[in-house]
Amino acid sequence: MGFLLETLIAGLMAGVLYALIALGFVLIYKASGVFNFAQGAMVLFAALTMARLQDHMPWPLAFLLAFGLMVVLAWLIERLVLRHLVNQSGVALLMATLGIAYFLEGLGQLVWGDDIYRIDLGLPKQPTVVLSGLIPGGLLLSREDLIATLAAALLVALLTLFFQKSDVGRALRAVADDHQAAQSIGIPLSRMWVIVWSIAGLVALVTGMIWGSKLGVQFSLSLIALKGLPVVILGGLTSVPGAIVGGLIVGLGEKLAEVYLGPMLGGGIESWFAYLLALGFLLLRPQGLFGERIIDRV
Amino acid sequence: MFYRENGQFKTSYTADAQIFPILQDRLFVIAMLLAAFVLVPLWGSDYLLRALLIPFLILALAALGLNVLVGYCGQISLGTGAFMAVGAYAAYNLMARLPGMPLLLALLLAGLIAAAVGMLFGLPSLRIRGLYLAVATLAAQFLADWVFSHVAWLTMGSASGSVTAPRLDVFGLAIEGPVRKYLLCLTLLCIVALAVKNLVRARKGREWMATRDMDVAASVIGISPVRAKLSAFGVSSFVAGIAGALWAFVHLGSWEPAAFNIDMSFKLLFMIIIGGLGSVMGSFFGAAFIVLLPIALNRLPAMVGLQLSTSLVSHLELMVFGALIVFFLIVEPHGLARLWITAKNKLRVWPFPH
Amino acid sequence: MTFHPSLRAAALALALTGALPTPSVQAATAEQFFPVLVYRTGPYGPNGVPWANGYVDYLKMLNARDGGINGVKITFEECETGYATDRGVECYERLKGKGPTGASVFQPLSTGVTFALTEKAPKDKIPLITAGYGRSESQDGAVFKWNYPLLGSYWTAADIIMQDIIKREGGAAKLRGKKIALVYHDSPYGKEPIAMLEERAKMHGFTLDKLPVTAPGVEQKATWLQVRRDRPDYVLLWGWGVMNSTALKEAIATAYPLDHMYGVWWSGAEPDVKDVGADAKGYRALAMQYGSGIGRVQQDILKQVYDKNQGTGPRDTVGQVLYNRGVYSAILAVEGVRRAQEQYGKKPMSGEQVRWGLENLDLNEAALKRLGVDGQLRTLRTTCENHLGSSWARVQTWDGAKWVMSPEWYDADMQIIKPMVQQAAARYAKERDITPRDCAREASGA
Repeated sequence: MGFLLETLIAGLMAGVLYALIALGFVLIYKASGVFNFAQGAMVLFAALTMARLQDHMPWPLAFLLAFGLMVVLAWLIERLVLRHLVNQSGVALLMATLGIAYFLEGLGQLVWGDDIYRIDLGLPKQPTVVLSGLIPGGLLLSREDLIATLAAALLVALLTLFFQKSDVGRALRAVADDHQAAQSIGIPLSRMWVIVWSIAGLVALVTGMIWGSKLGVQFSLSLIALKGLPVVILGGLTSVPGAIVGGLIVGLGEKLAEVYLGPMLGGGIESWFAYLLALGFLLLRPQGLFGERIIDRV
Repeated sequence: MFYRENGQFKTSYTADAQIFPILQDRLFVIAMLLAAFVLVPLWGSDYLLRALLIPFLILALAALGLNVLVGYCGQISLGTGAFMAVGAYAAYNLMARLPGMPLLLALLLAGLIAAAVGMLFGLPSLRIRGLYLAVATLAAQFLADWVFSHVAWLTMGSASGSVTAPRLDVFGLAIEGPVRKYLLCLTLLCIVALAVKNLVRARKGREWMATRDMDVAASVIGISPVRAKLSAFGVSSFVAGIAGALWAFVHLGSWEPAAFNIDMSFKLLFMIIIGGLGSVMGSFFGAAFIVLLPIALNRLPAMVGLQLSTSLVSHLELMVFGALIVFFLIVEPHGLARLWITAKNKLRVWPFPH
Repeated sequence: MTFHPSLRAAALALALTGALPTPSVQAATAEQFFPVLVYRTGPYGPNGVPWANGYVDYLKMLNARDGGINGVKITFEECETGYATDRGVECYERLKGKGPTGASVFQPLSTGVTFALTEKAPKDKIPLITAGYGRSESQDGAVFKWNYPLLGSYWTAADIIMQDIIKREGGAAKLRGKKIALVYHDSPYGKEPIAMLEERAKMHGFTLDKLPVTAPGVEQKATWLQVRRDRPDYVLLWGWGVMNSTALKEAIATAYPLDHMYGVWWSGAEPDVKDVGADAKGYRALAMQYGSGIGRVQQDILKQVYDKNQGTGPRDTVGQVLYNRGVYSAILAVEGVRRAQEQYGKKPMSGEQVRWGLENLDLNEAALKRLGVDGQLRTLRTTCENHLGSSWARVQTWDGAKWVMSPEWYDADMQIIKPMVQQAAARYAKERDITPRDCAREASGA
């Protein structure tokens, strides 16, 4: 019982982090139709920037500076890449973001170094035991993970609010619905793109901080974005709630599968289980759980 | 002026249906084949053959397979590495379990097994489209990575999941040394390229292209999307499977599942996008570009006399690689194959501007 | 006529690559070429960099101090593999023809690349040194003529960790009914020790839990949940790169006692614990003979290379665990050449000659003193049937700030390993149609 609960909690906590990564994908896809494979590289770049700046200043300041750099980066991406690729097919845009990913991975390591760096947010590393009265042995919780989960959940909630309630959010949704119509009522498309890529930069930075304080800031951070992919297609590429629910489903499913199914199959099934899970859902709903219905017109 | 088709009349349907209807093209292709089959083996250095040409030929084969699926049938796949792995391990098992299995037959059967697996993973394409499909094909990729490192039966009980290619023989001739390996790959590539070229010019190819352009419209005019999509997955995986077996047997010699990981899939997708979607020639250009680029970038600083540290070079290499991909997508979204056509047109009208 | 801009780029790219296959026309000077396969970037970069720095710095130091090996100047070239098998093979093909005698010894620095090169090297007559990694059965020189897993393999590593555990428990009998978990990198590297541990599990009656972690190992929550559920008495960590530090952090987060956790020698260096710091106190790892520290050879490197501002990396990384391992790997390669020179003359050696040198290597106490590694390495002697040379190791413990070496030396138990090696090697020989060399006859004939 206690163990099952611990597994569920671990799954949900992982799920919130996946949801955060997935949100980065969804925001950009909604606003600009780009499936952003560079999200992982942005995580690495943001985390490296933050880690190296932190050596010279307190972390909130480093955070702000790193965010500023991500905004500049968003502007550059819009200026140098996206602007020239309007009306290209989805695959071409995806490939372009892969190109951006390689570029950022190289640049990040070139400028900031390729060693392991530390982001120290002063989070407690030792676990804590709760509910020991109710369950024999109690529940072991990692306080660091708990704080990280809360931070991620907070950011997810803020972004959802921002997207639904603010003026910019409304404009972004209009752009997502119909680029041309949005443009014709005076919404500046290119500025919207910069904004949405900046927000994705912020998501990348927070993801990088959370995982970076856990794993150490190093190249491998760029690979955790792969964890967000099954979440996105499970939840639907265009849906913010989809990213959240999808993240939780994938996080839970993955942990349960690895812990209970893994030993029977030889372990290490986490890597593909999420994808099969997503594939199963897709066969039932090809547009993802919350995605927009696909309507074919000839 | 160099390249004018005036005066070449086609007087029969057969003449009109040739792959290269223009004399100059035919001569060029014959010259290229001669060079590839005769001159390169005679004068090519060991390094040229082993480190550049053999990988190029095998990757061009794999890219060709992927191009059938993505370029002609419009189904995006990020799982080509998985189908190559299936081909490689299938060929390995056939050779190891059935003594006396001829190499060519093993390659063929491995291709067929890969095709079957490919069609299985192609099934979701009947429901899922576009980027959803692309990410869904990643399931094949990660599943293959796992299966080949965990199912000991498939690796003949090798504890570490890595296996070694058997001795290679074709009609009693040992395939040893770079020249013979090169010729084997070249021959197979030529045969497959010819077959694919004819396939895409025939009825099947038209079905694929119709499905690619709009599958609803295609089914309205009587093309079965099921058959079109699954056959594209099948043909694509067949070619990828053979390429995978060659990559393992001929290029690596000994391999582990990681040799066919997601990087391989991405690399192949780059090849066809940079080379040109829906073009046989484009697959070759793309493969050449992706094989040569890292090596060129790696050597460039030394060639201009700069002493850079290895880590600096590798980081710069990543940056230049990324930047070039974006650059090509922006200035020539139709890939290198389009440049080839542009160049041909220029040659045709030269010295006049139009 | 104006060119399309991308046409120009393509032409440029062609022009660049056209000049590629530079035939290695080099003056027949007295130079010995060493290829250096490294990974300074990618997921394993932080661990690959110090090794590469140590390797290269030692070669630089020899040139500066001795003018090379017996007057034969050393040249070297690095090639980035990124820990990927295909790039490793490409590097091998690129570098094997360099220098007046070609590359005379390769160190693949990756188990995957080792497997691929094991097939290629015999045909090109170039020996491979895989110090502390690679295929465990390749210590059988009768079958693996060109492989030299000097100083230890993963089987000797697993065996020595088991010996330390037995000692702690106070006898092998105490292991009966115990549970040991292996948390490993899901790759040929991570799977190498399994055969050995299963053998030991059969002998002593403990159960072995195998918990694979998918590379690169950034997400291990599920693995450690299982550790928490099963509460194994010991956890062996077979990780590389980010997997190590993540495993340590997850172990802390699941309250697993770190002093019951053992790392292989690739899990026991500074990058692995650097980010965990004091929390990892008590964690033990194998040290392949020597861990971190500055001895005479490192002092020479500091004096000859770093004082002249020619160091490859930052000065304060000299003497780190992986840096030192790079130095020892370079020493082994150079000593192979030096031994070959004794037989064939003081000129650049070919791969075949260096192979002879490696097979007849005898680093006794005097040699170790000459090399400046006395107190760091133990004596090493190779023969036709023994390509391991030596399999001593010690255990080091992380005290929260630095690695502390325990004084005991362990030698792998060849009574267990030998039959396994012979069996695996015989299987390989059969698969590959290799007739094993008759070592006894070669010894008497030579």
